[in-house]
Amino acid sequence: MTQLLVSEVTLTFGGLNALTQVDMTIAPGIITSVIGPNGAGKTSLLNCISGFYHPTSGTIAYGDHDLTQAPPHRVSTVGIARAFQNLELFRGLSVLDNLLLARHRHLDYSLWQALVFFGKASQREAENRHYVEKVIDFMELEPYRKSIVGNLSYGVQKRVEMARALTLAPQLLLLDEPMAGMNIEEKEDIVRFILDLKKEWGVTIVLVEHDLGVVMDISDAIYVLDFGQVIGAGSPAEIAVNRKVIDAYIGEEH
Amino acid sequence: MSYFLQLVVSGIVVGSIYALSALGFVLIYKSSRVLNIAHGQIIASGAFITYSLTVWMGIPLVLSFALGLCITFFLAMSVERIFLRRLIGEPIISVIMVTIGLMSILDGIIYLTPFGTENFSFPPFLPTTPLVFSGVSVSWTQLVGVALTAAMIGGLSWFFRRSTMGIAMRAVADDQMAAMSIGISIPKVFGLAWALAGMSAAAAGALIGNITGLNFDTLHAFGITVFPVVILGGLDSILGAVVAGIIMGLIQQFAAGYLDGSWGLSSTGEIMPYLILLVILLFKPHGLFGIHEIERV
Repeated sequence: MTQLLVSEVTLTFGGLNALTQVDMTIAPGIITSVIGPNGAGKTSLLNCISGFYHPTSGTIAYGDHDLTQAPPHRVSTVGIARAFQNLELFRGLSVLDNLLLARHRHLDYSLWQALVFFGKASQREAENRHYVEKVIDFMELEPYRKSIVGNLSYGVQKRVEMARALTLAPQLLLLDEPMAGMNIEEKEDIVRFILDLKKEWGVTIVLVEHDLGVVMDISDAIYVLDFGQVIGAGSPAEIAVNRKVIDAYIGEEH
Repeated sequence: MSYFLQLVVSGIVVGSIYALSALGFVLIYKSSRVLNIAHGQIIASGAFITYSLTVWMGIPLVLSFALGLCITFFLAMSVERIFLRRLIGEPIISVIMVTIGLMSILDGIIYLTPFGTENFSFPPFLPTTPLVFSGVSVSWTQLVGVALTAAMIGGLSWFFRRSTMGIAMRAVADDQMAAMSIGISIPKVFGLAWALAGMSAAAAGALIGNITGLNFDTLHAFGITVFPVVILGGLDSILGAVVAGIIMGLIQQFAAGYLDGSWGLSSTGEIMPYLILLVILLFKPHGLFGIHEIERV
């Protein structure tokens, strides 16, 4: 079973190859991690999947949808959501408004229905509010519901970023370094959220992360990138003994 | 006292049209960070389109005003679609260069028509005798102009505050990456921003045309006055455009009313707004309502 299929994706910027012939198969319902040294192309790969970049060659398919050239707003409507490495939040809005805004695409009532605010419109708004509360509850953001996002601590903002992605009700969640810059406790929280997401919500997760300890602990499958190429793929146990991967991380002896 | 009130009234009339002119400029800047240099030309085109519809084609003024708004709505939208869509993601300075080119092209087209060189005036459709309230006179055109401006600004603020599309536009203005990731189409938002900007510019143009007569130089000058107005208000604030527009109108009328003629001064109305703009910017470099971004490092 394959949920997302990346095949032979190459991405070049001028003369620089950010990704070279990358193949990746994401099976549903599991946690797949993408690791690699800085500049290996991990974020570029996520950008290709979420439509911010389009591959120079190769294809990306999600179920029956061909996402190779899809713009970001279309990618988010097929059920893929993404949390950014650098926070991309509406800083002047409250946590609640940030999340409600992400329900934007679930609004399907007409202008007329919105004006009378009866029937479908009020029902949809109630459903959206209900869903958002579920996400707030899950991500343990209750104390910050009405706080302005820009005033919250970095760790909480990272959680809001993840919550907003979840609010889109995705089947596939792309997490770009959700634990970067966090302390041990905050990291443990995020790990717990990720595991619960997989178990309780059945969301497929693609995780880009530098903390190898966490990656080895929670991943079902791992892809290792170096200089834009896949140098290893497999279960954590396989990756741990993969010669090429060890060389890339620790350096070769000549 | 009634002289003072008279100046206040005409200041508010002129100012509210400045506000309406500036609104479109702010819309484009806010959503896409592009300075639209051709805004004055769009204002003028709106006025000319309305005039040709009503005088040359004989459509009633109110109807041709509405039609003129629709035409510029789609005209500005196609300008975005044809010239600016392909520049998304390019450096802003290149996009601004394109709007300078656009200004030249529109100038050229306008000079090909009689509007470029001749003066026209709208046929009067409202009573020509002004209303007089205790010594202060207001013409019907001015009154309708202010009412229309208020209605348009009110309508647009309602649109941005309440409608899904308006909220999507604000989301794009705030953070493009975040907006895209929650399923908002950036090209659609930019197109709509241009369309609404074109529409409000056309409304401003038609109103100026009705109040002062149709003269390309005058309309063009309005387009240039938009710059001090938006700089004063803060480039990305709609409220700022409204407040600054009215301040600008008042300063102009007061300067012209009190300073001209004394100490051998003349045309102070043209200069004073810029002087006061300089003084205000010394203390508020981001304009009255502009966002002062503080980057945490």
